[in-house]
Amino acid sequence: MTANTAKDAATDAAADAAAGVPPAAPRGRIARVLDSDILYSFLRSKVTILSAIVTLVFFAGAAFAPWIAPHNPFDLATISILDARLPPLGMEYSDPRFILGTDDQGRDVFSGILYGARISLAVGFLSVFFAAIVGVMLGLIAGYVGGKVDAVIMRIAEVQLTFPAILIALLVDGVARALFGNLDRERFAFWILVFSIALSFWVQFARTVRGSTLVERNKEYVQAARLIGIPRFLIMIRHVLPNVIGPVLVIATINLGLAIITEATLSFLGVGIPPTQPSLGTLVRIGNDFLFSGEWWIAMFPGFALAVLVLAVNLLGDWLRDALNPKLR
Amino acid sequence: MLAFSIRRLLQAILVMLVVALISFTLFRFVGDPVNQMVGVETTPEQREALRERLGLNDPIMTQFGRFIVKAAQFDFGTSYQFRQPVSDLIGKRLPATLELSLVSAIFALLVGIPMGVYTGLHRDSVLSKLFLSISLIGISLPTFFIGILLIFLFSVTLQWLPSFGRGDTVAIGWWTTGLLTVSGLKALVLPSITLGLFQMTLIMRLVRSEMLEVIRTDYIKFARARGLRQRSINFRHALKNTLVPVITITGLQVGSIIAFAIITETVFQWPGMGLLFLQSVQNVDIPIMAAYLMLIAFLFVVINLIVDLLYFVVDPRLRADRAAL
Amino acid sequence: MTQTPLLSVRDLRVEFPTRRGILKAIDGISFDLKEGEVLGVVGESGAGKSITGTAVIGLLEPPGRIAGGEVLLKGERIDNLSQQAMRKIRGKRIGMIFQDPLTSLNPLFTIGEQIIETILTHLPVSEREARDRAVALLEEVGIPAAADRLNAYPHQFSGGMRQRVVIALALCAEPELVIADEPTTALDVSVQAQIIRLLQRVCRDHGTAVMLITHDMGVIAETADRVAVMYSGRIAEIGPVRNVIKAPRHPYTVGLMGAIPSLTGDHDRLTQIPGSMPRLDSIPAGCAFNPRCSLVMDKCYRDRPDLVQAGESRAACWKVSETEEAAGR
Repeated sequence: MTANTAKDAATDAAADAAAGVPPAAPRGRIARVLDSDILYSFLRSKVTILSAIVTLVFFAGAAFAPWIAPHNPFDLATISILDARLPPLGMEYSDPRFILGTDDQGRDVFSGILYGARISLAVGFLSVFFAAIVGVMLGLIAGYVGGKVDAVIMRIAEVQLTFPAILIALLVDGVARALFGNLDRERFAFWILVFSIALSFWVQFARTVRGSTLVERNKEYVQAARLIGIPRFLIMIRHVLPNVIGPVLVIATINLGLAIITEATLSFLGVGIPPTQPSLGTLVRIGNDFLFSGEWWIAMFPGFALAVLVLAVNLLGDWLRDALNPKLR
Repeated sequence: MLAFSIRRLLQAILVMLVVALISFTLFRFVGDPVNQMVGVETTPEQREALRERLGLNDPIMTQFGRFIVKAAQFDFGTSYQFRQPVSDLIGKRLPATLELSLVSAIFALLVGIPMGVYTGLHRDSVLSKLFLSISLIGISLPTFFIGILLIFLFSVTLQWLPSFGRGDTVAIGWWTTGLLTVSGLKALVLPSITLGLFQMTLIMRLVRSEMLEVIRTDYIKFARARGLRQRSINFRHALKNTLVPVITITGLQVGSIIAFAIITETVFQWPGMGLLFLQSVQNVDIPIMAAYLMLIAFLFVVINLIVDLLYFVVDPRLRADRAAL
Repeated sequence: MTQTPLLSVRDLRVEFPTRRGILKAIDGISFDLKEGEVLGVVGESGAGKSITGTAVIGLLEPPGRIAGGEVLLKGERIDNLSQQAMRKIRGKRIGMIFQDPLTSLNPLFTIGEQIIETILTHLPVSEREARDRAVALLEEVGIPAAADRLNAYPHQFSGGMRQRVVIALALCAEPELVIADEPTTALDVSVQAQIIRLLQRVCRDHGTAVMLITHDMGVIAETADRVAVMYSGRIAEIGPVRNVIKAPRHPYTVGLMGAIPSLTGDHDRLTQIPGSMPRLDSIPAGCAFNPRCSLVMDKCYRDRPDLVQAGESRAACWKVSETEEAAGR
């Protein structure tokens, strides 16, 4: 992609020169970035700027939760059952210490959201990270080596595409319960979740990377590298990989939103993060039981936080995709 | 066309075999089936006798063969938690899930396609932007949260619609349907919207982008240059050309409708297969998990074969090209 | 010139607003077309030929827009008609043929469906009559077994056959004018001549005027009555075809003629015009041709030349103006 942009710029320059336009005075790197299409499309879209800010606020809130949050929902010493089910500010019986109210055990909903976002984002990032590593490696190998290896990898990918992420994650969870027993599973719940989401997300990375590898493999620089005897593994890592990595970034951003949703959904279904260390999805699950008794805030605030976070990440992903390559769908 | 059909059929059988292998592996190796069936006081001799009787000492391939033969007859053994045949349990809950999935798929298509056409044709209108914003929110909101919001709004606050169960059902043979009673239909509304909303936004965005592409093609330009009526250009010439990808995606989405059905059924306590599957995961009821997996794969394969057939109906080019293969 | 021309374009200007400013694709062109006449429009790609055609038939793609001037059909303005009124003119009074017959026909409808729909849209005939008319038309454009082929889909025809169908479609409601935009460019060389001759014959038989847009001087020489040479969104020279070919006035036309191979030509070496046409965002002041012109004068950098009468042709060049003044006109 970078190569393409450079080429376009070169063609433009050539066209300018041909048309007799005096070449502009040499511009600095910053000026070039300021003039680039990516920055232009970023600034043009207020929505994109807003979603970038929202995403950053969430990241910061999650990262610094122990310092920002008014309460620590995991510290039993600070929780009092007397504070249970307090409504958010602005409603009758509300308590100024708990701006978004408290849940059935007296935990502060706002602090719960900050800590919950921490876990949701951690699961999201880690699972996308592992999915990307596995997917890129398998995609590179499939595309570069080809033949039977390629066929086997891509068949596996196809069969796996038959099963939606949620289903795979549920199966992995069921297997984990059978192997570890319910109690041990809770201890490993975080990593089981990361593993099962990564397992269902690698396919898209692999297919994209394989596609671009097939194109790169036949280019002259790869053939030249092969001719001078560079080992296959090195060619893949040092020469092919950097040229196929662009779309991976886009897919990773889009999948981050999906991974966060998947985590929340699994936790909501009760097979994800256990209530002792609640993620956003777990918080909604806890609050769901109180919807009918009128304590709507316990489920709604974490739910909205989740929705806003995912929406912001998705908008950033959309923008990145359009800005980097309008053809990538 | 024949060669193509045979090839697709072979692929379908291959997928089914792979899934059967996974199911079998789950069934046979994850958690010892014997342990699940007997009590603590059973002697090792009794266990061994049971192993022998269940054929667990036979060669693996024989066991796998038997598994497949039994699966083909919808025999997946006995549920660990309910002590009932798995096929009975699933059979009882199948109608609920299929009715919910079907209604939500129809909702997604009936609403998604017109919205997609509209937003594709009127790119810059206010309504289009509204639709697109809604679709973005629809994609970003997790399904379970959409369900909770709908329950909160229409069941808790307004008290218009029920928040759980199927309502009254009517039995037609072994099939129970909620489509024939008022309370059954009312009970369907919120779950189908919850389940269909994501597919609807997906279809809308797909039709929109296909529409944008198609109206730029030469044949649409030529149709305009011939002075054809705008309505005919949009809904006859352009829309038909967007249908092939819509059919493909709808086929691919069957899997995710079934997966999202698990979530929807949990939120609305809908007595379907998804709820059963979730319970089986939480209780490590392997026979149900294995059977559910096979059933999903089977549904998926069948629907994709139907999708392939639809291609031939819609696109004349395939009829000729594939015939030549 | 007492008779009202069939088509009259007066000082037409077409603009494309972009984020870097307004691009003037067509910058004030005027020409007439008599009934039954064939006008060739030549020029390099980007000269504005196709845009002139699409502007006349009212199919400019947004954001392109007519920024000034008039288009008159038999003395009536059509450039400011409503969408609905213009639709009734398209196909019925002005037909259009596009470059690529492979993509001009809707792949999912039979040839018959497409022709019959077009006939029924414009003419008050029954379905039965429309079908008979479609068969007659297909026979006229040389499709064998026309009645059977009505039920065939476009992909079952070869490229040349498809362009015949396209011609039948453009003519099926008896328009007075057909705009043919590079009708043979996408075809095999062996088929090109056939299609051009077919177009010429059918239009003569029906008394249809043709605006033939092409970059192929050979086609113009063979087919057209008059020719307009376009350069950078303006008409450089316009006149009867043999005058323009035999005695080109504008230096650009002279250059174009020099680039045509000829069997009987007296020069054994093809000449080439140095440089290339300026891009729309960097059209030089004065005469747009000035960077490439061998006869360039000071005035050419300052002022833009308008068309002046030179013999039977008219040319937009200061040199021509000078010569004509010197000759005492």
